[in-house]
Amino acid sequence: MTELSQPQPTKPPRSQWLDVWEQFRQHKGAMMGATLFILIVATVYLGPYLWDIDPTKTAIRERNQGPSWAHPFGTDQLGRDLLARMMAGGATSVSVGITAMLLSLFLGSFVGVLAGFFRKLDGPLMRLTDLFLALPLLPLLLVMMLLFREPLNAAFGLERGIFILIVSAIGITSWMPTARIVRGDVLALKEREFVLAARSIGTTNTRLITRHILPNVLSPIMVSATLGIATAIITESALSFLGLGFPPDFPTWGRLLQDGTDYLQQFPERVIWPGLAISLTVLSVNYLGDGLRDALDPRIRGR
Amino acid sequence: MLTFTIRRLVLAIPTLLFISLVIFLLLELAPGDPMAQVPLTVPPEVKEKMREALGLGQPMHIRFWKWIVQFFWIEPQVLIDHMFGTTFSAGDLRVISWQTRSPVMDIVVQRIPQTLWVVGTAYVVAIIIALPIGIYSAYRQYSWFDQLGTFVSMVGFSVPPFFSGVLVIVIFSVQLGWFPSIYDTTLVVNSWDSFVQQLKQMVMPVMVLALQITAQLSRFMRASMLDNLNQDYVRTARAKGLSEYVVVMVHVLRNSMIPVVTVIALGIPSIFGGAIITEQVFKVNGIGQLLIGALQANDLPMVQTLTFIFAVLIVLFNLIADVLYGILDPRIRYD
Amino acid sequence: MKLKTLLMGAIACTAMAPAAFAERGKDGNVSIIYWQAPSILNPFLSGGTKDVESSSLIIEPLARYDENGGMVPFLATEIPTVANGGVSEDLTTITWKIAPGIKWSDGSAFTAHDVKFTADYCMHPEGGCAQLTKFEGVTSVEVIDDLTVKVTFDKPTPFPYGPFVGGESPIIQKAQFENCMGAKAPECTEQNFGPIGTGPFVVTEFKPNDVITMKANENYRDPNKPAFATLTFKGGGDATAAGRAVMETGEFDYAWNLQLAPEVIQQMQAGGKGTPIAGFGPLVERIMLNQTNPSPDLPEGERSTAKHPHPFLKDPAVYKAMSMAIDRPLLVEIGYGQAGQVTCNWVPAPAAVNSDTFKCDTQDIEGAKKLLDDAGIVDTDGDGIREKDGVPLKVVYQTSTNAVRQDFQALIKEWWAEIGIESELRNINASVFFGGDPGSPDTFQKFYADVEMYANTFNGTDPQSYLANLLCDKAPKPESQWQGENISRWCSEEYDALHAELTKTADAAERAAIARKLNDMAIEGGAMIPLVHRGRLSAHSNTLGGVVLNVWDSELWNAADWYRKTGS
Repeated sequence: MTELSQPQPTKPPRSQWLDVWEQFRQHKGAMMGATLFILIVATVYLGPYLWDIDPTKTAIRERNQGPSWAHPFGTDQLGRDLLARMMAGGATSVSVGITAMLLSLFLGSFVGVLAGFFRKLDGPLMRLTDLFLALPLLPLLLVMMLLFREPLNAAFGLERGIFILIVSAIGITSWMPTARIVRGDVLALKEREFVLAARSIGTTNTRLITRHILPNVLSPIMVSATLGIATAIITESALSFLGLGFPPDFPTWGRLLQDGTDYLQQFPERVIWPGLAISLTVLSVNYLGDGLRDALDPRIRGR
Repeated sequence: MLTFTIRRLVLAIPTLLFISLVIFLLLELAPGDPMAQVPLTVPPEVKEKMREALGLGQPMHIRFWKWIVQFFWIEPQVLIDHMFGTTFSAGDLRVISWQTRSPVMDIVVQRIPQTLWVVGTAYVVAIIIALPIGIYSAYRQYSWFDQLGTFVSMVGFSVPPFFSGVLVIVIFSVQLGWFPSIYDTTLVVNSWDSFVQQLKQMVMPVMVLALQITAQLSRFMRASMLDNLNQDYVRTARAKGLSEYVVVMVHVLRNSMIPVVTVIALGIPSIFGGAIITEQVFKVNGIGQLLIGALQANDLPMVQTLTFIFAVLIVLFNLIADVLYGILDPRIRYD
Repeated sequence: MKLKTLLMGAIACTAMAPAAFAERGKDGNVSIIYWQAPSILNPFLSGGTKDVESSSLIIEPLARYDENGGMVPFLATEIPTVANGGVSEDLTTITWKIAPGIKWSDGSAFTAHDVKFTADYCMHPEGGCAQLTKFEGVTSVEVIDDLTVKVTFDKPTPFPYGPFVGGESPIIQKAQFENCMGAKAPECTEQNFGPIGTGPFVVTEFKPNDVITMKANENYRDPNKPAFATLTFKGGGDATAAGRAVMETGEFDYAWNLQLAPEVIQQMQAGGKGTPIAGFGPLVERIMLNQTNPSPDLPEGERSTAKHPHPFLKDPAVYKAMSMAIDRPLLVEIGYGQAGQVTCNWVPAPAAVNSDTFKCDTQDIEGAKKLLDDAGIVDTDGDGIREKDGVPLKVVYQTSTNAVRQDFQALIKEWWAEIGIESELRNINASVFFGGDPGSPDTFQKFYADVEMYANTFNGTDPQSYLANLLCDKAPKPESQWQGENISRWCSEEYDALHAELTKTADAAERAAIARKLNDMAIEGGAMIPLVHRGRLSAHSNTLGGVVLNVWDSELWNAADWYRKTGS
C-alpha cells in the first residue's frame, strides 16, 4: 500500500478574524476613516495637555478675536479660547455621541433581531416600538430628569451622573428606527435557504442569530451607527439648550455650534469649527463602518 | 395577508388606547405648568384661579376620561356635522386648548396645509433625489460619484437645521434677497403670481429639510443595494443574459427596498408631525411649531391630541410597511 | 447717534404737526412681527404679553400710560384726580367720565354699561381672569349714566388707577361677551378670537399662535386714522429672525423685544433697513439670594424653608462682597448694550422712586476680599474656597436657559471664584423654571439653589404691590404649594411695617420716598443683588413713522398714529 501523501499544512490555519483584519487594512477608506477618527479622539483627549488654556476662563479684553497665534481658532464673545473650548467640547461630544450611539444601536438591534426572528415576540416588541415612537420627546426627557437626576448625581457625582442620564436619554429615545429596520431585514433573511439549511443541521437559535442573521444585517446597522452619532451630538446640544443637559459652563460641539449661529454673519469661523468637527467625526465613523462591512462580507473578500 | 391586516387593525385599537394612556400619564408626571408663560407680574393666587378655570383641579382619571370622550365621541360628530351640515355635536364641549381656549382640532386643521406643503414637498423631493443617488452609489461603489455622495450626505446630515436654516436665510434672504425669510401662512394660491410666491417661500425650508432626509435615505438605499449586488441570484440573472438595467433596477432594487420602505414609513408620520426646528426657523408655523409651542406652554390637551394623532399615523404606517414587506418579498409571512 | 436724534426729531415734529393731509387707509399695509405668537385676543384669559399687546390694537382702556409713565385719557375725557373731583376725598371711589360719541367697531355706541360689564366679566369667580389684580379691592362698579361710571374700593386706595387703565385692562363689549361669563369664557372662541373694540383696527382673520390680519376700524373716533388700511401681525420664531426681518431684509415694519447681544443688533442695524429703539421700564435683572438652606441633605419639605436659615448668605459681609465683585458696566456692555443700564436698585423706575443710596458701578475685588477677611471668613483648608463657621462658600447658581444669562453666569462665576466663592452653574428650561409646578424641583419659586438669576418688573407706574413681594408672609412654602412672590424668603418686620404705611399714604412724593426707603432696606438687607436695569429694545423699519416706544403700556399703544414715510 502506498501511503497516501497527505499534504501537510505549512502554515497554521488562518482564523476568520485575521482575514477580516487583512481585508480591513487594505481598505483605503477604512484606514483613512480610522486614522481620522483616532486623530480626532487623540486631539480632544490629549490636546488639552498640550494646549492648557482653561476653556471656561474669560478674558474680556480679548473677546471676539479672529485667529491669532495666541488663539489659533479665535475667541468667543466672553474672550474664551475657542481651541480650548473645541477640545473640551469634543471630549464631551465624542464620548456622548459614541456611547449613546452604541446604546441605541444595541437596543435597536436587540429588539429588531428578537422581533424579526421570533414570531411570538414580534407583536409585543413592535407595539412597544410604536409606543416609544409615539411618545413626545420633551416631556419624556423632563420626566427622566425629574426622576433620575438627583439619585444619579448623588450616586456618581455631578458630571458623571449627567453623562449617564444624557446618554441613556438619547439611547432610549433613538433606538426605534434601528429596531424597525433590522426587524424588516431579519424577517426576509430568516426565510432564506441558508438559514433553513443551518436550522436543518440543528443549529441553535442563539448560534443562528449570531452567526447567520447578525452578519447579514450589518450594513443597515452600520448606517444607523453613522447617522446615530450625528444625531446624538446634535440631540445633546438640544438637551443643553433646554437646560436638560450639562451645566452651562460645559462646552460641547453642539452647544458651540448653537451659540455660534447667532454670530454667523460677524464671526463665521465660530460655527465653522464645531460644524467641521462634527462632520469629520461622522465622516470618519462612516468610512470605518464601510470598511468594517466590506471586511466582514466574505463574498467580496479578496476581491 | 388580508387576515393579517384585519387582525392588526383590530389589535391597533387597544394598542392606541394604551398609548394614549401612557402619553397622558407621562404628560401628567412631567414638570411644567400651563401658567409658565404668564408674566411674573400676575400673582400666584390669580394663577391658581386660572388653573382652576382650565379644569386642572379635577382628578386625573376624570380628565383622561373627558379627553377620551371628547376625542373619540364628540370630535367625530363635529366632523360629520361639518361635512353634512347636521347638528349632532351642538352644545358638546370639544377638546379645548389651554393656550387659545379654542378647539384643538380647528387649529390642527388650520396648520395642516403649510406643513403638508413644506414638509411633504421636502419628503417627495428627498425621495426622488435619494433613491437614484443611493442606487448609483452602490452600483459604482467607491467611484468619485459615490465618494462625493457620501461626503455631501454625511456633512448634510451632520449640520443641524438650526444652523443650516439660518445659513440659507443669511445667504439667500439677507445677502441675495431672492427669497423671503419669513413664511407667509396667509398667502392664498389662486393665480400664477401667488403660486410663484408660494414656491419662493417654500424653497429654503424644503431645501434644508430635503438635505437631511436625502442624506439618510440615500445611505440606507446604498447599503442595502450593496448587500444585494453580490448575491448569487444577481450572478444567475446576469448569466441568464438579462440586461444590466433589468438586473439592477428590477431584481436588486426590489430586494433592497425593505430597509428603505421601513425608513420611509417611519418618516411619513413625521411629515404630519411637521419639522419642529425647520418650521421655527422659517416661521412656517405648521404642526411642528404648534407642538413645540404647546409643549413650552404646557398646553396638555393640545399636546395629548397632537401626539395621539401622531401615534395613529405611526401605527398605521408601520402596518403599511409590514404589508409592503410581504409584497416585496413573498417569502415573508406573518401568520 | 446722530441719525437717531434726527429720527426722534422727525417723530416729535410729526406728532406736533396736525396731520392735515392724513387720511384713513392711505398707507396700505403695515406688518408687525412678535417672536412670541399671540394665542388669544382676550387679555383677560391669557395675561401673556404677546396677547395683551396684540389685542391692544383692537380693544382699549379708558386711559393709557404714555412713554413717560404719565396717564393720558383714551376713552375717558380726563384722568380723574382728587383735585378735579374724580377721586373722592376719602380715596375710596373714582368716577370716570367717558368721552361722548365713541363707537364700537360694529357701529354701536360705547357706554358705561360696557365698562361695568368688563369689571363683572373679570371679577367673575369662575372665569379665571388673568387681570384680576387690576380689580383688587373693587367692591362695586356702578353706572351713573351712559357716560359716567363709578368704581368703589373696599378701603382708601391711594392709587385707584388699577381698573380700566393700561393695556392689561381694556374694555370689552357687553353685547358681544354677555354669554361668555365665568365658566363659559373659554367656550366663546369666536369672541375671544375677534373681540369688537374701539381701537384703530379690527380682526379679519386670526390664526392662533401664527398670524393675525386686521383692517382699519371704520368707526374709529379719529376719521383720519389709522393711516394703514390693513395690518399683518405675525408671530413665532426667535428674536434674531424678527430683528433680521425688520432691519436686514425689510420684510416687516416693526419687531418687538429683541433680546439679542449688542454685536448682533449692531450687525443688523448695518443692514440699513431699520432702527432699534430702546425704552426703560422697571425691569431689573437680579440675583436672588436664598435666605434659607437649600441643601439636598435636608428632608423634602424642609429644604429651602424658613426652618433652616442659610449657613452663610445672610451674612452682610458675604452678600456685600458678592455684589462688589461684580463688574456691572461690563455685564451691560456684553449682554444688553443700549438696552441696559447699571443699577444698584430693585426699583429703578419711575425716576421718582429710583434710590441713589448705593454706588455699584465699579468692580472692587480687593475690597470684597478685604470685607470677607475682616469678617473672619477666610480659607482655612487651603482649597481656595473660604469657609464661614466651617461651611465652605459653595453656591449653586441657577437661572433659565437664555444665551445672555449663560454668559452672565460664566462671568460672575469667575468673579466670585476670585474672592473665594465657588459656584456650580445650572440652567433650566424657562417653561419649567417659571412654571409653578409644585412637583418639580426646578421652579424658581421652590429655589432649590443658593442663588438664582432672573428679571422681574411691574405693570403701570405704582410700585406698591411690587414692593409687597418681599413681605414675610409671601414666602413660598410647602403649605402654600410653593406659591408666593417672596422668592428669596427674606423677612424683616421693619420692612413689613413700612410697607403697611405705604398702603395708607396718598401723597405722591411721600409714597415715592417710602418706596425708595423700602428699596434700600431690601438691598441693604441682602434680599437680592440687582445687576442690570433692562430696557425694552424693539426695532422699526426706517419707512415707518410715528413709532413711540412705550414701556409702561402696550408697545403698540399709538399704532393709530403710525404712518408710512414718503420719499424714503
